[in-house]
Amino acid sequence: MLDFLLNEFLVTGDPLIYGAMVSMVLVSIAIVYVLTYFKKWGYLWREWLTTVDHKKIGIMYIIAAIAMLFRGGVDALLMRTQLTLPGMEFLNSQHYNEIFTTHGTIMIIFMAMPFLIGLMNFVVPLQIGARDVAFPFLNAVSFWSFAIGALLFNLSFVIGGSPDAGWTNYAPMAGPNLNPGPNINYYLIGLQISGIGTLATGINFLATILKMRAPGMTLMRMPIFTWSSLITSLIITFAFPILTVALALMTIDRIFGSQFFTLTGDGMPMMWANLFWLWGHPEVYIVILPAFGIFSEVISTFARKQLFGYKAMVWSMVIIAGLSFVVWVHHFFTMGAGAGVNSFFSITTMLISVPTGVKIFNWLGTMYKGKIRFDTPMLWALGFIPCFVLGGVTGVMLAMAAADYQYHNTYFLVAHFHNVLIAGTVFGCFAGLTFWYPKMFGHKMNETLGKISFWFFLIGFNVCFLPMYFLGFAGMPRRTYSIEPEWMPLNVVSSVGAVLMAVGFAVFVYNIYYSFRYSPRETQGDAWDGRALEWATTTPVPFYNFATVPKVEGPEAYWLMKQKGKTTYDKNNLEPIHMPSDSGVPFIMMAFMFVAGFGLVWEWMIVAIAGLIGVLACMFIRSFDYDHGFHVSVEEIKETEEKARREEK
Amino acid sequence: MKYRWGKYVALLAAALLLMIGSGCSDMTVLDPKGPVGESQRDLIVFSIIMMLFIVAVVMVALTYILVKFRERPDRGDKDYDPDHEGNTKLEIIWTVVPLIIVTALSVPTVITIFQLEEPPESSSDKEPLVVHATAADWKWFFSYPEQDIETVNYLHIPTDRAIEFRLSSADSMASLWIPALGGQKYNMAGMETKLYLQADEAGTYQGRNSNFTGTGFAEQTFDVHAEPAEEFESWVEETQQNAPELTQSEYDKLLAPGLLEEMEFSSTHLEYVDHGEMDGSDYLIERHQEAFEELPHLEGGRGVGDE
Repeated sequence: MLDFLLNEFLVTGDPLIYGAMVSMVLVSIAIVYVLTYFKKWGYLWREWLTTVDHKKIGIMYIIAAIAMLFRGGVDALLMRTQLTLPGMEFLNSQHYNEIFTTHGTIMIIFMAMPFLIGLMNFVVPLQIGARDVAFPFLNAVSFWSFAIGALLFNLSFVIGGSPDAGWTNYAPMAGPNLNPGPNINYYLIGLQISGIGTLATGINFLATILKMRAPGMTLMRMPIFTWSSLITSLIITFAFPILTVALALMTIDRIFGSQFFTLTGDGMPMMWANLFWLWGHPEVYIVILPAFGIFSEVISTFARKQLFGYKAMVWSMVIIAGLSFVVWVHHFFTMGAGAGVNSFFSITTMLISVPTGVKIFNWLGTMYKGKIRFDTPMLWALGFIPCFVLGGVTGVMLAMAAADYQYHNTYFLVAHFHNVLIAGTVFGCFAGLTFWYPKMFGHKMNETLGKISFWFFLIGFNVCFLPMYFLGFAGMPRRTYSIEPEWMPLNVVSSVGAVLMAVGFAVFVYNIYYSFRYSPRETQGDAWDGRALEWATTTPVPFYNFATVPKVEGPEAYWLMKQKGKTTYDKNNLEPIHMPSDSGVPFIMMAFMFVAGFGLVWEWMIVAIAGLIGVLACMFIRSFDYDHGFHVSVEEIKETEEKARREEK
Repeated sequence: MKYRWGKYVALLAAALLLMIGSGCSDMTVLDPKGPVGESQRDLIVFSIIMMLFIVAVVMVALTYILVKFRERPDRGDKDYDPDHEGNTKLEIIWTVVPLIIVTALSVPTVITIFQLEEPPESSSDKEPLVVHATAADWKWFFSYPEQDIETVNYLHIPTDRAIEFRLSSADSMASLWIPALGGQKYNMAGMETKLYLQADEAGTYQGRNSNFTGTGFAEQTFDVHAEPAEEFESWVEETQQNAPELTQSEYDKLLAPGLLEEMEFSSTHLEYVDHGEMDGSDYLIERHQEAFEELPHLEGGRGVGDE
């Protein structure tokens, strides 16, 4: 037993891992201590763990995403350290492989998506004048499934060993023959559990946006961020089932001995690559389209103009979403599918640049004849444009299959996708968070610190990734744990950039603390002279969002309301508001799911079955739950609104 | 604000120039030694020029707009038009122009894609030399069926003659890449892909597996010795006469996951198994399944395999 514990269960023998274990234990003790000392256990349970409020769920998503950004960022710094000099012995090959795998998986699945879904959660119901999402209970299930998936995945670092086959987890290398042990199971089960939540979120937001808009808000009057969320939800709903199936097939391969993707029994390992990218390419647009939506909102607000070419913006997103499903082969042009196939996918891929280019020019058009202010959210949006264009044009270069045979699997590719994912998604997340921060927490983030973090991050980002294009031309393959001497100068430059980015991130996080302590509190709801309905609410936003749901009379609903002097508090038309009840079931259900997942990872079937029975029991309880929520009385609404709006007058 | 942006742009440009200047000599992909790599280089250079043009247009427009339309105390509402919401003519222009650029890039791309599926035209007077390149964790087997010789982790090729690589893998999916000669293609178990390459200049080039295959991936490299036909022939003869035969038990032993030194044999493993066919895909697993339970961890990079 002890032998199993020390040799297989716990990861032993590496000082870095011991350090991680110690810090994890210390942080856990500290959290328990603080909660007990301040008697906050009840508060935590009532206000957060059982909440179905879209705003709180959104904030929890964002907090978790920032924690994951930290974890993924530490991974990145470890990798950059190992790659700075040739012959480095900082990480061995196995350890390096685990780290680049967790870096990629965490950044995409557990950082980018939850960050954006968190912003969607907070903002979309407010923008469409709704009081919550269509299925608030399901929304809580979504969040907890993501949290549990992330927890399970991160646990692999100290218990059993992390996945080590890249975030793409290609068969047959990740299959049962070449990669026995629990590592890859963590990947499969962790993604499967969080994938359930993502799929539910997609369905939830489709229903919310299609059915719960305020009266008068036609589709073509929706704020552009809501549009981007709608299209993202549509992509999620169509793409995630593919991932679910692929993960399930490989799980069955590994745990129950089937032979879908194996080398034995006439398995088809290459089918994994196809299924993975059939989901994986739309996934890229799942994490970029909401960011496009954020930039559109931010640029329009700070240029103090309507969005230029609203219809073209919407249609270009629709076209991008459609094309995203017919380009997946460009991830493996080198598989030898033949000249005809490669030509087709080359052209479809390059076509994506057309609607994307339209969006870039429309953002420029939005600023044309504007009155541009340079607050921090706007800086992130302005930094995005040139950096993303660079990522976009190198994407077109990669799309040219004949040339891709030389770029594929090299640092040119690494540079490209970081150029789009960081400049697009990460800048977008930062822009969105600083933009909606006053709505979330009642105060802005500090401008000076915000600008310092922006410049560090932006310059660091370019110093880190521009050299990688040239490393690609010099023949440096991705995922190598060791560099050749001739690649050293550019790698040193790149590592310096990584450190600058880390400083930028640290300042960003410090800014959260600093602003909490020192930023002046917002006294009214409209922090930036905004244009969409989220700014019509008071700050802090009451849990029912809108006392009276506004009637929307055109695009930019709140802009029009401001001109006509209308508010979302019409004293004479108050009615009791129907709201959903909080529930502990989602949290408990996903806690059981964790048990089931952990059992499956280690192939302890009794544990897995026990966990699954718990999940089913929670579903059973929920099915016979006749609690249809409660009503907020007119008096309570009056009291809340009068208090919040006192200082506005 | 204007000056800060300007400074930043200038700094970026300077850094870029510096990097290009210092890195050019090492950029293998842009300095190819054979017709395949050359056609790819031409395509790459063509696309870079087009792309720099696009980047320049966006940068100029962005800078102009930021400078002209930024909020300044003395500006007031001059040129400020909050209701300006679109311009059909402009929007058509920036849809059609990118479409034209995409077309301009597609045509040479498709032509090159089809060309690369055939042996290079410059050596069409000679039959291509067939070399089976088989990847296994973490080494390369090169079998010359016509010459009946096999090498491990290095190969010799004649210059000015097309090489027809027949790629397959005994286990993980690998990718054969010799950047100086041209682009890569995957090696997959149970199937065969074809890759044509050719060297016009004699020399020793770096080749590697570029597709991640696990713990020994960084060491899965090989040297390509390109030499004139006569020299190549004499190397073949020497190998045929001096190298030992590759017996099946020896080959099975070499397949075990791990690193190998350079070796040569006077027969090929194709007599025992062709991993490029479906029934060869589980050959290695049947012999070495247990070895994958405990794989080595490498440290320090190049050269660890020699110890």
